[in-house]
Parts: sequence; structure tokens; C-alpha cells
Amino acid sequence: MQTMTSILPAAIVLVSFIGSVFVFFTKKNENLREAWTFITAAINIVLLFKMAKWILAGNTYSFHIAEVLPGLPLFFKVDGFGMLFAFVAGSLWVVTSLYSIGYMRPLKEHAQTRYFACFALAISATMGVAFSGNVLTMYLFYEILSLSTYPLVTHHQDAEARGGGRKYLTFLLTTSIGFALPAMIITYLNTGTLTFSNAGIFTQAIDPTLLIVLLLLFIFGFAKSGMMPFHVWLPGAMVAPTPVSALLHAVAVVKVGVFCVLRILTGVFGIDLLSSTPLSTIVCVIASITVIISSLIALTQDNLKRRLAFSTVGQLSYIVLGAGIATSFGVVGSMTHIAMHAFGKITLFFCAGAIFVATGKKYISQMVGIGKQMPFTMIAFLIGSMSVIGLPLTGGIISKWYMVLGAMDSGRLWILIIYLISSLLNAAYFFPIVYNAFFCKDEDSQFPNKIKEAPLAALLPPVITAIGTVILFIYPELFLNFAKIAVGVGK
Amino acid sequence: MIEQAPALIVVIPLISALFITIIGLYQPRFSWALTIVTFALSSIFAFICLQHVVTVGPISYVFGNWPAPFGIEYAIDHLNALIVLMISVVAFLVAIYSKHDIAKELGDKIPHFYSLFTLLVTGLLGITLTGDAFNLYVLLEISALTSYALLALSGGRAYIATFNYLIMGTIGACFYLLGVGYLLINTGSLNMADISVILSNNTYSYAVLAAFLFIMIGMWTKMALFPLHSWLPNAYTYAPTSTSCLLAPLMTKVSVYVMLRMMTSVFNYDYIFNVLQWQSVIVTLAVIAILAGSVLALRQDNLKRMLTYLIVAEIGYMVGGAWLGNANGFTGASYHIIADGFMTLCLFLAIGCIIYKVGDASLSSMKGIFTKMPVTMVGFLVGAFSMIGIPPTCGFFSKWYLISGAYEAAAWPFLVALLISSLVNAVLFFRIIEVGYFQALPSEEPNHHHPNIKRDEAPLSMLIPLLTTAGLLIGIGLYTADIVTYLIQPFIKNFL
Repeated sequence: MQTMTSILPAAIVLVSFIGSVFVFFTKKNENLREAWTFITAAINIVLLFKMAKWILAGNTYSFHIAEVLPGLPLFFKVDGFGMLFAFVAGSLWVVTSLYSIGYMRPLKEHAQTRYFACFALAISATMGVAFSGNVLTMYLFYEILSLSTYPLVTHHQDAEARGGGRKYLTFLLTTSIGFALPAMIITYLNTGTLTFSNAGIFTQAIDPTLLIVLLLLFIFGFAKSGMMPFHVWLPGAMVAPTPVSALLHAVAVVKVGVFCVLRILTGVFGIDLLSSTPLSTIVCVIASITVIISSLIALTQDNLKRRLAFSTVGQLSYIVLGAGIATSFGVVGSMTHIAMHAFGKITLFFCAGAIFVATGKKYISQMVGIGKQMPFTMIAFLIGSMSVIGLPLTGGIISKWYMVLGAMDSGRLWILIIYLISSLLNAAYFFPIVYNAFFCKDEDSQFPNKIKEAPLAALLPPVITAIGTVILFIYPELFLNFAKIAVGVGK
Repeated sequence: MIEQAPALIVVIPLISALFITIIGLYQPRFSWALTIVTFALSSIFAFICLQHVVTVGPISYVFGNWPAPFGIEYAIDHLNALIVLMISVVAFLVAIYSKHDIAKELGDKIPHFYSLFTLLVTGLLGITLTGDAFNLYVLLEISALTSYALLALSGGRAYIATFNYLIMGTIGACFYLLGVGYLLINTGSLNMADISVILSNNTYSYAVLAAFLFIMIGMWTKMALFPLHSWLPNAYTYAPTSTSCLLAPLMTKVSVYVMLRMMTSVFNYDYIFNVLQWQSVIVTLAVIAILAGSVLALRQDNLKRMLTYLIVAEIGYMVGGAWLGNANGFTGASYHIIADGFMTLCLFLAIGCIIYKVGDASLSSMKGIFTKMPVTMVGFLVGAFSMIGIPPTCGFFSKWYLISGAYEAAAWPFLVALLISSLVNAVLFFRIIEVGYFQALPSEEPNHHHPNIKRDEAPLSMLIPLLTTAGLLIGIGLYTADIVTYLIQPFIKNFL
């Protein structure tokens, strides 16, 4: 394994940042403004592909930003996991931008410039998190992300948005400052380093109680991962325009949360330490509770976006659970699930938004027979939900397969049962929507039997991501290989 | 010329204070220009000193060639070189900033304002540079007397507020002077380095204890450590904008510096932390100060007043950090003097811009402020983020060291208080951001209609200092490692 110093990771973070500045200063010309988004997104993808080969060969890139504290620099280090996440964020950003145009323009949303500028800024911060080489750098970009997404969440600037935004920041800042920050400092004082390493950084003997405390502080400190009881901000943030929800749920915010938790589990504690101590069980129990409870809550939601939100909470804990098993397969599965869930869930959100743009409907009970009016959207919805449930022909099954393998490896049968129950629950809250959309009696249908889809820019993205979900079933190596390299399992 | 730099830092503003009055009689505008030039020069000489300290080592400058214990000595080491630079840069920025504000608020008193302004900063620069305990008292009084005048300039309620401050300030100064008197009785010397040597060879008597206690109480009064803080909020709230911009970042911080100086250069670690063992009491006081400042800040509707209570909380940070008795805590306290100085400056400058344009600083006057004054709000946000402790602003790094120190000293209440205060700051500032951002709650109007608010920014002479300060907050944050390694650690090394 070699490490090459390269400006590439910094360039990717900077490009999106500069993109947001350009967006901001071209507010007069809408098309030029949107062009900047696509240009920067395209540059990002090109740069990512440039980096991929070197990473796939088992090497890493590094870039030193600044030595902010003596012996504790801000720096980037790109490995397989970071690359995987950057690819997810980079590729979905393009689709989301397309979708944003299709969503924002017909609805004549105000302050679109601010919207696109903050969007680019959020991506920049996400890339920063993905490439972070130590906890401090990760924390820095994590905070920048919280702040830059606040104007997005509260985009409508009405009383509801204010409430949602308040919850959003209260939970995210309270946990990051109250839990993650002291955990980071205490870790540094005890180990003298914060640099991620697969072997973990707690190499010296350390008080086991302190380790448990640190673990809890870290897991709940990165509350973007939505672990109960710090998930409250997520349904609250549903007041945002749908493309933002899509961004929050699939690309940036929650994925950054689980990414951070996974980094902490694998890079700070290390798989070996987790599996040789009760820490692994603690993570599994916390995650399992969230998985089950959130799925049950999702069943009761009638607002489609809220149901999706609780589904996300459950799936995030899935990912954490996979890492908590602390076996190579489990970790590979959970890393890959970041990508698989991203594609599935973003499809679902796009569909929800497309339905809203075309019909103005938000509630599931109002969507009986919608498949007759919007067949493409609903087929995309079906594929997306299959991926989230983990059924064949979609990418979701691949990552779940690995997580189940990991659970069997660790010999903890109860985790298998959790996975099983959760999949059943997922099916229970998704399939009725699809079933009613297509197979209702004609007299129950609330929609005309005539195809009238959302505008193309809002229809195309869910179709693209749905196809992406299927492609990921056929070629899971796209993301799987990155995860395997990150964990160090043979290709 | 360069060898005289330590003296010139103080002498230039002292002399120009006289000329500012005279020149202002002809043309008030000139007094503004002269003030700027003065502090530009001071900043340059301060920078030269800093460079010399880092590359060569501490400087000892004797006035009139009288050797140290007998004459007055300016002793510049790593810590005060940094703080002197901060003071002169802050003065420079506020001087530029004050032009429009003073013309509006104190139209007929422009030369007086700048003359007092310059004298005040002269006092503060002197306090920081001097190595003589009595000389420090003299300069303390210079800065105090001028600050009373400056604060009272706006009239009205400021008179009463300043009178309160005058009483408290005088009591504080008296305590300090008494302390110095006890030291003189004990050691026969007024030179700090000299006193320190004599003290360390003596057994510590009650008289030394009294000296230390009096000096500390004096400084705690001056720096507004809770519960000795009552003079501060009113005095700063009712003062003219430019005055509070100058005083808020500097006065309290210089008193904190004096406390650190006394702890390190006159008394010593062994005496303070092993003989006296007051640390747990003082750290508890600091915890109370932090919590009380935060809670009181929450209750305020006027933003300027809210900031004054934040100062009270921040004082708790520094006192607590210094009294943890370990390297990280002391580093945090020293670093926070700089960080908090610029943070406070940034926020006061931003609020000043808003007051200049909107007329007052109540929470409700912030409606639509993001559309109206976007540039000002950028500065405000950076200052707010630093107060909350979001990296890479410098507020994050001082918190880093303070929390590290608290953890090492197992001072859990202090650690928790630091975190709570960060969160309270987040609440405070996001409350303002909410009011500014959500304007008149457009949901009450159909169609997401947003009222048209015109852009109406503060003049450039106010915005440039504000944005410079905001930039400094991030710059200082990114150079934390250098500041700590080259300036703070060499200073602490001798103490611990």
C-alpha cells in the first residue's frame, strides 16, 4: 500500500466550494447559474474517476491542509471507504441538481440562488468529510455541513420551516458540541493521535469504562446518523423542499452521519477492539432498537415523506448495525449499504416529489390509483422500495447479503432475526403503497386513467436512479470493491 | 530606531494624543486620520517586537538607562508581545471604524473622542508592556480614567452606568495598589522580576498572601468576574458604539493578562498551586461566572447587552483555564485572550453597523436583516460561529485547550460548563439568525410572498474593519499551532 501526496482530494472539495461562489454571483441569469452546478458536478466526477484507479490498486492519497494544533493537522487521506462515499455523493449530486431544476422552477420557489449555492456548499462539505484523514478534519466538515444545510432545510422561511430548522440545529449542534467534541478531545489526550487507522488508535491499555463512554459519546455525537433518541431532527427536517430531503437522506446529511460513525467504529476503535470487547454488542443493541422502533413508526405514517424519513432512520441503523457486528463481511456490507440505500432512497424521494409536483398530493391515503396516472414514477418507486427492502434485482440485496454473512460469522443469531423482522416491516410499509397505486378497483381510484407525469426534469431523475439501482445489482463491484479495499478483504 | 521599538509602541500614541486635540480644533477630520496613523505605527512596532521575541528572545527595555530594579523596565516576552500586537491592531481597526459612527453620535466632540481614545489605548499598551508593578498601576489609572470619560460621552443613562463603573473600577484599582504596597513592604522592590526573585527566596508570610489576594481581587473586579461584574453590562450598553467596540474586547482582556502576569512573573506556580491551593475554589467561581453569564445573556432582548453578558461568561473561561494549573488550561486561557478579544470585537463591530443603520439593537429590529445588510451579517456570523466554537474559527481552538485542561485536571464542572456555554451561545445566536432570516413569517401571507426589503449596507469604513476582523478569526484559528508553539508554550515553560 502506497500513499501519494496529491492535490486531487483538496481540488474536489474546492471545486464545489468555488462552484457555490459562482452560483451566488450569477443570480441574474438562471440558466448560467444552473450551468455552474452541472459544470462543477461534472468536474467532480472526472476528478473522482481519476482517483479511482489508484485507490482500487489498494493505495491512498493524502493532502496536508494546515497544521492547526501542534501535532494535529487538518489533512485529507482518501481510502476505499472515502472514495465509495465520494462517488455516491458526486454522482447523486448531478441527478439531484437536475431534479431540483425540475422541482423548483415549476413551483416558482423563491431564493433559488441561495438554494443552489448552499447545495454546492453542502456537497463541498460532504466531500470534505469523505476525504478526512483524522477526526478533527471530519468534525470540521461535519459542522460546516450542519450550518450550510440549515438554509436549505428552512428554505420556505415560514413558521413550519422555522420549527423544523430549530429542531435540526438544536439536535445536531447539541450532540456535536456536547458529545462528539469532548469525546474527540478525550481520545486525543489518551492516545496522542486522531488519525484513522484500521487497527484502531487505542493501542495502549485503556480503562474499559472510559472506552464505553467514548463509544456512546461518539455514536450519539454524530447525530446526523439518526440513532434514537437523537433522530428527532430528521422527520422535523421534512419541511424542506423535496430535493433537499433527497439530498439530506441519500447524499449528504444522514449519510455523512453514518459515514462518521462507521469511520469512528472502524478507524478509531478498530474492528479488533470492538469484537474483543463488549463494545460490539453495545453498538448492535443500540442500532437494533432503532431499527425496529423506527420501522414500526414508519408503518403508522400517512404522510409519504414522513414515512420515508422513518424508513431512513431504520436503514441508517442497519448500516451502523452492520459495522457493529465487527466482522469483515459485516463492515463491507454496511459500507456498501451506504451506496445501495442512497440510490434506493433517493429514488423514493424523487418519486414523492414528482407526485407532489404533478398532483399536489402528500398523503399516502390520497394516492390510491396513482399508478394509472404516473406509471413510470410508480415503477421507479417500486424498484426503489425493493432495494430498500433488499430484494433481488436491486442493489439492496447485495449489501444486506454481506451484512447477514457478517452476522453469521460473528455467531450472533439474534442479529439475523433483527434483519429478518426489519425486512418484513420494510415490505409492510412500502408494498401497500405500490399495490394500491396499481391494483385498486376503478371506482376507488382517485386519479384519471390517463398518463400525466411530472415535467421531464422531475421524472427523469427517479427513472435514472431506479435504473442505477438495478445496475448496482448486476455490477455491485462498482462500490463493493472500494469497501473491500477499505476493510482489507481480498478483492 | 528599531531598538527603541518597545518604547515607541507606547510613546507614539501618548504624544499624538496631545496633537489630536490641537489638530482637531482646525479640522476634526484630521484627528481621525492621525489616530489611524498612530495605531498603524504602534502595530508595526508591536509586530517588530513580536518578531524579535520569537527569533531572538525576550526584550528588556530600560527607560532613561536606569538599570532594572531602580528604573522602569519594559519586559516583553512571548505572551505580552502577542497581546500588545492584538491591542494595537484592535485600536487600529476600531479607529477606522469609528469615523461615521462618531460623526453621527458625537458630532461636536470628535477631537475629544479621539484624544481620549488614544490615551486609553496608550494606557492599555503600557499595562501590557511594563515590567514594573507600580508603573502598571499608573497606566491602569490612565486607561480607567479615560474609559470613564469615553463611556459617559453619549450622556443620558450612560452617566449613571459610568458612575457605577467608576466606583467599582476605583475599588479594583485600590485593591491592586494595596497589593503592590504589601509587596513593596515585603521585598523593597517594585520591579516584577526582582520581586519574584526575592519572594522565591523568602518564606511566604501572611503579608505576601495579602498582597496576592488583594491583587487578584483588584483584577477580578476590573475584569468583571462574576459576581463582581455588575458594572459592566450597563457601562458598555449605554456607551457610544465605537467606545464599546474599543473597550469590550480590550479592557477585560488586559485585566486577565495582568492576572496571568502576576501569577507567572511575580508569584510562582509552587506558591499558587501548592502552598495556597485555591484552585478548586477559583475554578468553581469560574464555573459560576460562565453559567451566570450565559443565563443572564439568554434573558436579554438588546443584542449589545446580550454581548456584554457573554463577556462575563468568557471571563469565566479564562480565569478557570488559568487556575486549572496545567499546561493545556494555561494555554487555553492565554490563547483565549487573543481569540476572545477579536471575537468580541467582531460581534461588537457587527452590532455597531446594525445600530448605525437600523437605529437600535433589539431583537425585533433584526427582522429581514440578512436581505438588508448581507455583508454585515457575514461578519456577524463568523463572530457568532467563533463564539459557539465551530472550527476553523479561533473560538474552537481555545475551547479545545480549555476542555483538554479541564479533563486533565479532572475539573468536570468546568468541562460541562464550557460545553453548556457553547450550547447557550448557539441558542443565543441562532435566535438572532432566526429573527433575521424568517422576517415577517411569510406563511401568514399567501403564496410565500416575501416582502421586498431594500439593501442598505453600512459604509465601507465600517465594513472593512468588520470583515478584516472576521478574516482574522479564521486566520488565527488556522495558525493556532504556530501561535501555541512559538508564543504560548515558551511562555508557559518557565512557569510550570
